Amino acid sequence: MTRSPTRIALERLRRHPLAILGGVILFLLYLSAIFADFIAPYHYDHESRMNSYNPPTRLHFFDEEGRFHLRPFIYPYSYEFDKFYQRVYKEDRTRPYPLKLLCKGDEYRLLGIFKTNYHLFGVDEGARFYLLGADSRGRDLFSRLLYGGRVSLSIGLVGCLITFILGMTIGGISGYLGGKVDNLIMRLCEMVMMIPGFYLMLALRAAFPPELSSVQVYLLIVVILSFIGWAGMARVVRGMVLSIRETEFVLAARAQGVKDLSIIFRHILPNLLSYVIVSLTLSIPGYILGESALSLLGLGIQDPHASWGNLLAEAMNIAQIKFHPWILTPGLFIFVTVMAFNFLGDGLRDAFDPKAIAGRVRF
Amino acid sequence: MAIQDLLWVENLTKYFPIERGLLRRNVGQVKAVEGVSFVLKEGETLGLVGESGCGKSTLARVILRLLPPTDGSIFFEGINILTLKSGEMQRLRKRLQIIFQDPYGSLNPRHTIESIVGEPLSIHKLAKGKERKDCIVELLRLVGLEESSLVRYPHEFSGGQRQRIGIARALATRPKFIVADEPVSSLDVSIAAQIINLLKDLQERLKLSYLFISHDLRAVKHISDRVAVMYLGKIVELAKKEEIYALPKHPYTKALLEAIPTLDPVIKRRRFILSGDLPDPADPPPGCPFHPRCKEVKSHCKEIKPSLREISLDHLVACHGVV
Repeated sequence: MTRSPTRIALERLRRHPLAILGGVILFLLYLSAIFADFIAPYHYDHESRMNSYNPPTRLHFFDEEGRFHLRPFIYPYSYEFDKFYQRVYKEDRTRPYPLKLLCKGDEYRLLGIFKTNYHLFGVDEGARFYLLGADSRGRDLFSRLLYGGRVSLSIGLVGCLITFILGMTIGGISGYLGGKVDNLIMRLCEMVMMIPGFYLMLALRAAFPPELSSVQVYLLIVVILSFIGWAGMARVVRGMVLSIRETEFVLAARAQGVKDLSIIFRHILPNLLSYVIVSLTLSIPGYILGESALSLLGLGIQDPHASWGNLLAEAMNIAQIKFHPWILTPGLFIFVTVMAFNFLGDGLRDAFDPKAIAGRVRF
Repeated sequence: MAIQDLLWVENLTKYFPIERGLLRRNVGQVKAVEGVSFVLKEGETLGLVGESGCGKSTLARVILRLLPPTDGSIFFEGINILTLKSGEMQRLRKRLQIIFQDPYGSLNPRHTIESIVGEPLSIHKLAKGKERKDCIVELLRLVGLEESSLVRYPHEFSGGQRQRIGIARALATRPKFIVADEPVSSLDVSIAAQIINLLKDLQERLKLSYLFISHDLRAVKHISDRVAVMYLGKIVELAKKEEIYALPKHPYTKALLEAIPTLDPVIKRRRFILSGDLPDPADPPPGCPFHPRCKEVKSHCKEIKPSLREISLDHLVACHGVV
């Protein structure tokens, strides 16, 4: 029974409960982002001004007469003003709305292909089901969180991928060629790394016009984040290429007459793979946080589109947090995602090489 | 140069520049190999001994053109390999191969044995498909490994087995000349003996020539026909094995031979132990490089560099004290 190094690593990973937990959480989060429009009971921009800051809807199993119902139901909410003209919501118990699986609602295209209006759960017209409460315009926070996850979670992956392609190529060239080219590239890297990441991010964003479509903004954020991240990656890759270049198996390949490009791709880069996978996992949270920070400041994804950062922007006011604490849930999602990536990354690092110290992309 | 000379090295020199500071100013040179000349005949084994850091491995790498030399020339089968273009060199590489010291570092951990041993076959387009596989199996048998090793990875083998894999890889292109760069120094004694016997056996069967580099004088004695002793980048003594072990001329060679561990207490007491360290090759002592450690040092040793001269048939020494 023979085992490749990658397989051994995966087997070791299986004995790392926190990493497995992180992996499962991430799997569920990404799944929910992909199927956001099916799982979310409402469209991200489906607003209802009558339900501004509607608190999370209570699920009932017992009706007014105290009879038990297997299928939970909700009551619609109505509000009165208190003496500070603050809305006070109260359940209107005249008519129960049972929670339905595969309920009809807003129309969407599943996976961008099949046109449908079935949602995983929901209630009939007349009541609004707010699993995690509503925002100022009465939009369902849970639905917006799922849609926001699409932006926030994918920016991490796409940004990282671009950073790693840039970092590996530039670092690989720098390390393999050495000499003047290496010197020049490394000084350039240091210049990028010298500027504090956050200011660079703001400055780069400011260099582009404020009115951009959401797709353009999305791409812009990815480019900005990758631009900040590549330098650190390139430096580490360059160092590793330098050391692997001098190993005896590379010398052996050269002695056999293997060509340079083939040495880089067949002998050097595969040996960076474990580092790359670990570093990739550990640096994704940086991208998610970077996007959140930009969106929180209103420089990223714009309303009505949702991202975890701009959802959190509503929670910038202390009074809002006091009266409507549920608007902090996007922060919880960011926190859980970052933790899950870190758990998984740490587990992968231990699995690939118990001795290695993985670097992270800095911000 | 005689017909039967396979490798002919003349005045081979390798300096590594020392660069300092932001602007990489050149502040000196490490003289790793300095004016080395020797000849290797077909089917012969030349042992190369010396302390760590004396330039043995650098010499090996320069001979294989893995490092560019600073000066000198290398003729392999009458062709000056230093003037070859990279494509021509690529083709020639299948005729000269190398076995490395570290059986852990010299095999790519991410490749299977089949791909490691088969790589030279593919590069030089010697065999493919079924033929390639048969060829690999045959090579593995030649070095005493099972066919089942094919799909396994280097980490599943012991040090001795890995060294066998390294040897199989070096033999894949049917070379005439193999540089064995300390092939047994990281193996324990019994495994080292097996590997040396394997190398001897292969030499007879495949008509190989070796440049056998080692700091283990007993291993060198066992395998070599002639022995060259290197000190600080220079060859200080070169002679037939029987002669150099029985009648060493250079004080450094004598010191090395006396340092061979022995069980005889009488010999032990007489022994002269070499003291001091190898001088800094960036700043070698003037005159004879060995004079600070030499027990037979004379005044002119500190000023005049001794040259390698023939004191009897095929016995060359670089020492003022030898007449």
